[in-house]
Amino acid sequence: MAKQPHATPMLDELEKGPWPSFVTGLKRLAKDKDYVVDLLGHLEHSYETKKGYWKGGTVGVFGYGGGVIPRFTEIKDENGEPRFKDAAEFHTIRIMPAPGMHYDTDTLRKFCDIWDKYGSGLIALHGQSGDIMMQGCTTENVQKAWDEINEMGFDMGGAGPAVRTAMSCVGAARCEQSCYDEALAHQKIINQFLDDIHRPALPYKFKFKFSGCGNDCMNAIQRADMAVIGTWRDNMSTDEALAKQWFAKHGLNELINDVVSMCPTRAIQLKDTKDVRKDAHVSSVAVNDSQSLEIDNKDCVRCMHCINVMTGALGPGKDKGATILVGGHSHLKIGATMGTVVVPFMDLKKEEDYEQMVELAQNIIDFFAENALEHERTGEMIERIGLVNFLEGIGVEIDANMVTNPRMNPYVRTDGWDEEVAKINAKKAAA
Amino acid sequence: MAQPQMRKPVEYFLDNKKYLHPKLAANYGNWKYHDRPRPGVLHHVAHSGDQVWSVRAGTQRQMDVHTIRLLCDIADKFAEGRVRFTIRSNIEYIVSDEAKVAPLIAELEKNGFPVGGTGNSVSMVAHTQGWLHCDIPGTDASGVVKSMMDALFDDFKNEEMPNRVRLSTSCCEINCGGQADIAVVIQHTKPPKINHDLVANVCERPAVVARCPVAAIRPALVNGKPSLEVDEKKCICCGACYPPCPPMQINDPEHSKLAIWVGGKNSNARSKPTFHKMVAAGLPNNAPRWPEVNAIVKKILDTYKADARPWERMADWIERIGWPRFFEKTGLPFTKYMIDDWRGSRYNLNASAHVRF
Repeated sequence: MAKQPHATPMLDELEKGPWPSFVTGLKRLAKDKDYVVDLLGHLEHSYETKKGYWKGGTVGVFGYGGGVIPRFTEIKDENGEPRFKDAAEFHTIRIMPAPGMHYDTDTLRKFCDIWDKYGSGLIALHGQSGDIMMQGCTTENVQKAWDEINEMGFDMGGAGPAVRTAMSCVGAARCEQSCYDEALAHQKIINQFLDDIHRPALPYKFKFKFSGCGNDCMNAIQRADMAVIGTWRDNMSTDEALAKQWFAKHGLNELINDVVSMCPTRAIQLKDTKDVRKDAHVSSVAVNDSQSLEIDNKDCVRCMHCINVMTGALGPGKDKGATILVGGHSHLKIGATMGTVVVPFMDLKKEEDYEQMVELAQNIIDFFAENALEHERTGEMIERIGLVNFLEGIGVEIDANMVTNPRMNPYVRTDGWDEEVAKINAKKAAA
Repeated sequence: MAQPQMRKPVEYFLDNKKYLHPKLAANYGNWKYHDRPRPGVLHHVAHSGDQVWSVRAGTQRQMDVHTIRLLCDIADKFAEGRVRFTIRSNIEYIVSDEAKVAPLIAELEKNGFPVGGTGNSVSMVAHTQGWLHCDIPGTDASGVVKSMMDALFDDFKNEEMPNRVRLSTSCCEINCGGQADIAVVIQHTKPPKINHDLVANVCERPAVVARCPVAAIRPALVNGKPSLEVDEKKCICCGACYPPCPPMQINDPEHSKLAIWVGGKNSNARSKPTFHKMVAAGLPNNAPRWPEVNAIVKKILDTYKADARPWERMADWIERIGWPRFFEKTGLPFTKYMIDDWRGSRYNLNASAHVRF
């Protein structure tokens, strides 16, 4: 039995309503833990005064320079003593889940037992960083809890100016739209950069995210310094039985309005089956006895829309890999930036292909470490130095897929033009 | 005295194969198609002929160990002891026997976990740590989200929206919650209040000066002590100076407001990905239930639901109807603060005769 709970009239309001309540969970923990009794008092004080009261500090584990988020209370009495003394320290340990956030229940129960013993008993599944957030632990217990978690086979996530915990979608494990082995890519990248995760020494954070297709369920283009987005080069695949089944259920209006008209590059047309082109880059599938969808794969941008609508009837092709973008990040400091294409297509089929991706990532991180200013993300760095300088730095050739359109201003010195054209022609001739 | 022997960490990152449901492991990379037999359930069919049903349920994200153990009990009973989580903190149970789907749903709902969040539903809000744990929060995302999901409970459990709806909530302008169809984000409205007694001891002053996006901060001697000063005419109240220098207190119980943004889209489907745009601000940080925020979120969602065509995400819908009609239909005021003046802003202005009447 824990000590008497503090009155929490404001938090009590968050126990009302049908959605699962984190306050109810905290109160259950507070039955046995003085730590959580005071945590609830601390949080109620924030609700009353509309301010946060945790300050950072330095808490870590032996051998690592980051991964623990230290928190010390700032709610003090007149003598400078913590008012909620049992929750005066509330550190979080970031732990990397397996790719795709799959668990067996043994593992989750072990996490619970460890955190029940050493921590608050509160675990966030998952933080926005993609980590298991073991929330709330005293300085004294951080190392003990960590040792047991690490013994289970889990490693600590990133924090501060470091390579961060990565995220990958469910992908090949359960999605027909998966275009590469997201978990393998995720695993290879993290294993390459463990040192950069655990010993923060970069200009600022660096995030990897892996999405198996253009639906980008991991928000990689918006959020990751290096986004790996599954795609394919050859023709879309089709399945006539599923296409006819879809048409029988949804009809012509939906086919026109929801599929054909919504293609962003007008690559799909509905045609009489006898009129469908036989070109090598055309995919087609009959939807009934007389009509077919005709898709010009040269025009298709692999956006995923028609595949999302007619799952199974339409699908990615067989020559799969990924488009790689660099430089996504949120607002601070220059405003949010999306990633920019730096590799339009990278094969991701064989083991060596994945090694090639890791090598690219290493080049990018090396360049970032050397050239970014303190607290500057890759997107900001590229904006400052220009994409061409960045590409030259990482040894990647330019490609017209990297731009929305060519430059719209004449403010560029072009006296190297002839040499550039000669180089391009020489390369074409050699190919 | 000898130091106690410290354990060296084992550094490695694990394979996920041993955590996969057996049917997922067996059909890895070999799925054919999926459909959704009912809201909250995905049905995947593999080329091998194997089928799995994934049942998705909402959680409170930060969970006490009792809740997690309960979720594990349910997995042991119905789902061969395996679970996975989505990016929005929904839990997924995978079952290979269709007959188990209905009892699993009943068990989850009996224990208070709503089944839904698939397809054209409003999924759980991606959110940040807030007052519970963050060192710089302007609000408590967990509380905002709890009150919001109470209001959107039926929209989570049903697939009645034109397309999927993704929400986020962030406790400061760093926007850790991420881009979303609708995002609720703190928007400070006053420059930081500086505790000059502490700056010299706590802050690395050049680093703080460098953080400011508008160069409004400069070193200064205040009351004989090295400190910093802010040009309040330049200050955009973003709070970027606060994390490296906590004495520059940006959070204000009254003047830290909430803003609402719409039209962020991570997917490449149809249009390219988009960032969300500000459509409301100045909302009070009204803990514990934030009714003013919830009323506007609900109003935007109701308008979208009634007006958008099938498969139009929030951004697609607004692109079709235009921003003037978005503001007209939602009843939200279009103010001068929504006209961008940050770098690149003129790309956000209408440089055409495209005007809807």
